[in-house]
Amino acid sequence: MAVYPLKETKKAPQSQTKVILWLKDNLFSSTSNVLLTLVALYLIYLILPPILNWTIFDANFDLTADNQSCGREGACWAFIYDNFKMFIYGFYPQEELWRIDTMFGLIVVLIMFGSWIKKSQYRMHYIIGAFLIYPIAAFFLLYGGLGLEVVGTDKWGGLTLTIVVAAVGIVASFPLGILFALGRQSEMRIVKFISVVYIEFVRGVPLITILFMASVVLPLFFSVGMDFDKLLRALIGITMFQTAYIAEVVRGGLQAIPKGQYEAADAAGLNFLQKTTLVILPQALKISIPNIVGSFIALFKDTTLILIIGLYDMLAIVGAATSNPSWLGRNSEGYVFVAMVLWVILYSMSHYSKKLEVRFSTEHKN
Amino acid sequence: MFIKLKSLLYNNEVRAILFQILTVVVIAYFAYQAFDNMMLNIEQSGIRSGFGFLNDEAGFAVNDNFFLTYSPASSNLQAFYVGIVNTLVVAITGIFFASVIGLIIGIARLSSNYLIRKMATVYIEIFRNIPILLQILFWYSTALSILPSVKNSLSFMDSVFLNSRGLFLPKIVMGTEFYLVLASFVIGVIVYVFIKKRSNKKHDDTGIATNTIPHFLGLIVLLPIAAYFVFGAHLEYPALKGFNFKGGTGLSIEFFSLAFALSIYTATYIAEAIRSGIDSVDKGQKEAAAAIGLKQSQVMRLVVLPQALRVAIPPIINQYLNLTKNSSLAAAVGYTELVTIFSGTVLNVVGQAIEIIALTMLVYLAISLVISLALNIFNKKMEIKGK
Amino acid sequence: MNKLLKLSAASLLVVTGFSVNANTLSDVKAQGSLSCGVSTGTPGFSSPDSSGNWSGMDVDVCRAIAAATLGDARKVKYVPLSAKERFIALQSGEIDVLSRNTTWTHTRDTSLGLNFAGVNYYDGQGFMVKKSLGVNNVKGLDGASFCIQAGTTTELNLADYFRSNKMDFKAITYDTSAQTKSGFEAGRCDALTSDVSQLAGLRSTLKDPSSAVVLGDVISKEPLGPVVRQGDDNWFNIVKWSLNAMIEAEELGVTSATIDRTSTSPSVQRLQGKSGKLNEHLGLDKNWSRNIVAQVGNYGEVFERNIGMSTPIQLPRGVNQLWIKGGILYSPAFR
Repeated sequence: MAVYPLKETKKAPQSQTKVILWLKDNLFSSTSNVLLTLVALYLIYLILPPILNWTIFDANFDLTADNQSCGREGACWAFIYDNFKMFIYGFYPQEELWRIDTMFGLIVVLIMFGSWIKKSQYRMHYIIGAFLIYPIAAFFLLYGGLGLEVVGTDKWGGLTLTIVVAAVGIVASFPLGILFALGRQSEMRIVKFISVVYIEFVRGVPLITILFMASVVLPLFFSVGMDFDKLLRALIGITMFQTAYIAEVVRGGLQAIPKGQYEAADAAGLNFLQKTTLVILPQALKISIPNIVGSFIALFKDTTLILIIGLYDMLAIVGAATSNPSWLGRNSEGYVFVAMVLWVILYSMSHYSKKLEVRFSTEHKN
Repeated sequence: MFIKLKSLLYNNEVRAILFQILTVVVIAYFAYQAFDNMMLNIEQSGIRSGFGFLNDEAGFAVNDNFFLTYSPASSNLQAFYVGIVNTLVVAITGIFFASVIGLIIGIARLSSNYLIRKMATVYIEIFRNIPILLQILFWYSTALSILPSVKNSLSFMDSVFLNSRGLFLPKIVMGTEFYLVLASFVIGVIVYVFIKKRSNKKHDDTGIATNTIPHFLGLIVLLPIAAYFVFGAHLEYPALKGFNFKGGTGLSIEFFSLAFALSIYTATYIAEAIRSGIDSVDKGQKEAAAAIGLKQSQVMRLVVLPQALRVAIPPIINQYLNLTKNSSLAAAVGYTELVTIFSGTVLNVVGQAIEIIALTMLVYLAISLVISLALNIFNKKMEIKGK
Repeated sequence: MNKLLKLSAASLLVVTGFSVNANTLSDVKAQGSLSCGVSTGTPGFSSPDSSGNWSGMDVDVCRAIAAATLGDARKVKYVPLSAKERFIALQSGEIDVLSRNTTWTHTRDTSLGLNFAGVNYYDGQGFMVKKSLGVNNVKGLDGASFCIQAGTTTELNLADYFRSNKMDFKAITYDTSAQTKSGFEAGRCDALTSDVSQLAGLRSTLKDPSSAVVLGDVISKEPLGPVVRQGDDNWFNIVKWSLNAMIEAEELGVTSATIDRTSTSPSVQRLQGKSGKLNEHLGLDKNWSRNIVAQVGNYGEVFERNIGMSTPIQLPRGVNQLWIKGGILYSPAFR
């Protein structure tokens, strides 16, 4: 038998090494791709340098500068630093800021504790307990009473107000949305009719008309002289709006449950309440969680609309800060800052939502 | 007797009916009380009610106006119509550009080119996670600071001008010559449709594809232009007289920034819808198309997109509806659409909040209903043709 | 907690169909503070400084009412309102009085269910243009673009004036006066139009105040004053006479420094609350007018402090001067 000596293995040719291979495949694989790459590079060249220049390279990072010494070629970040408290806390009195800090700190602690006891059997109890107790605690911290000085809602503003409005909207609209979703599925014709009318009506009009309606028409239903807090009216409007969207999302979840589940629950002799809370809702909610989170993300974005009815969310603070004579004309810095903060929050939420989606879809494959 | 009554109570049907009656009674009672209170409050405070205010003189000017005649002497009802038209115009413009941009970005998201793919992803992630109101405000203040003042307008062929007040274009004068040009356009369209139908039939029967692009260019583009020169139709050109451009027509900068912001924002959602539509097309389709020798662009155009669009159209139409509703944020930049004119200025002058807000909501409800109906018709058509 | 109880009570009221009769004075006393509707920031009339303290002509009217009813001019809750929401806030009861440089017009007085309780500043509508335009009167603004605040008499007056003079114009309407100012500075419009007092204030906050000039033309009458709801005559009287007290004080030559000096003049004694029963029918304490002058000042002091020649606004008294000095400020008799 012939024996063939093994030849030396040579290294791969240069053009097959990692970086160049990657470039060839991804950027330069065909003529059209080469053209596209050039177009993309040109676009990047047009867009990126001016933005980077304005925000970083030409910007003035001296935090003690005032409007004059800041100059106009780049961003003036001293403006943000000077008004930082107003952006975050609104017009809350200085001495009481610790209350807002406590409120935020509590959330962080609660979440961390919640993820620490992930495997415990008391997890559900903990979550429900937290959901019931925390809002009450937060309300007293923010508003006052019980020994703390009352801070009227006209002083609330900035990121705090945005978060409060979004949180209340989410928490309040969740049970109501479930009710309307169940109502829409109901066999009782009148209940179904009312639910359908409500949902389609609220989804068919812009949020701003609902806010106008809540802030203008609602007080007329009560007697004159009743001091109907402006923030309360906005919260009612936002809750009404979000309820309809949550109802639709949950309805999608309800429809995705096999009819057999309903029939089996009936066959087991469960009444409506037991059937709904023990069999149907847990499944429906689990299916629709990604869409519910998506709806919440949309709500968070929509909270910026309260500026049109005169509440001072983060966006409106930009206007308030730039109307101060010592900081005229710094709108761009304000908008960019608010955009960055909101973007970080929203991106984290949608990132978390994608993770949830993956987690729940694998659960289903079992 | 008693046993029968008790068993009735446990009867599910009876309970359902009782529950519904209870619900109706409770809601009716609350509604009646609230309504009564409201009428009492209105009467006590001396605010008028009824729709008579629609015939009153408006008294204020409106900056943007398309198609309709309006002056401060017009009625509030006319202002209402102007608002509706303005809303529809900005919505349709936004829808058009959002679709175009969305389609491009959606396809780019699946490109084999790394840079293009990443740039599309970055675009979507950035503009989807910033609230629309912020984007509208940002683009408006950017446009105001970047564009030149009226006296230094950027001009193109001395007939189109761009400055910080808006885009000024020549206006078509509606004389007999214009109708002749319009007629030639219509004739061109009819002839082209006929040609295209014949070409499609030939393609179905024999497989020979004829390129109808030259016919398109000739009939629909060149013919009217030739007619324009032959019949001598007029264009009214905008000219800078004094403070502003007189003559011609124009689109205000408020309209632009609103339409631009809406398009950019909604395009992100449309891009995602198209991407998931393309993803839903079976991989086998793409492979089979490549196997029979179709080029990448043909695969996309003839095989993938038609199937992708069928899945993508319902969410896209939903986004169109969202865009129309988002146009109500025009108050932030002073574009005079329905909400700013009617629920803003007229409401403040007249004071009858309930009637005005109800009317505004009715308009949006009507638009939503029309779009939902269109969606339902589309879904039905797709069902029959589909799997 | 208080508000929560009130809301539950209100829901109960909806259920039982009760409608409480308007008695703003008792509401204010029960609340312990006056809810006063002001603007979102009009220099000289109502604007907050960076610590959130409000000052201005309209703010001082609020303080006067608080001094008269609660004895303390500081017990005011200021509610900033845009031009669009100001009447609704008053109609719905969110505020007790609207002091927001609001023009007294026939329509507003009769069809909105509101009453104007007097005039604290007689104003007119004017124009502000950039000096570089080289325009020195309104007739030169034919075809120009104007930045206006939505929902104000300004919009209507402008349309009327240009229509009757057969001139053309373009109107850019914004929500707040701050937006009109940024539009004007960015060159979106050629001229800003608003009440002359507001123009003076806006001009002082421009990046370069000397680049703009307020034209001399005044195209309308704009009597600005506080507004209350119809149906509460006592409250209407209180607001009316609080304003009159300040004017009367200046006419009598009494200032916040001299209000407590003993005087032999019966008119001054009535103002001090030492004689007469002017407070009884209003349901107020007998020191009501004395508190106003002591804590807020007379009209002249208020004017000088907020918009006088020593302030950046620099408005002359003009017609806003006492009738004995050639103006039209005239308080009915304080007896």
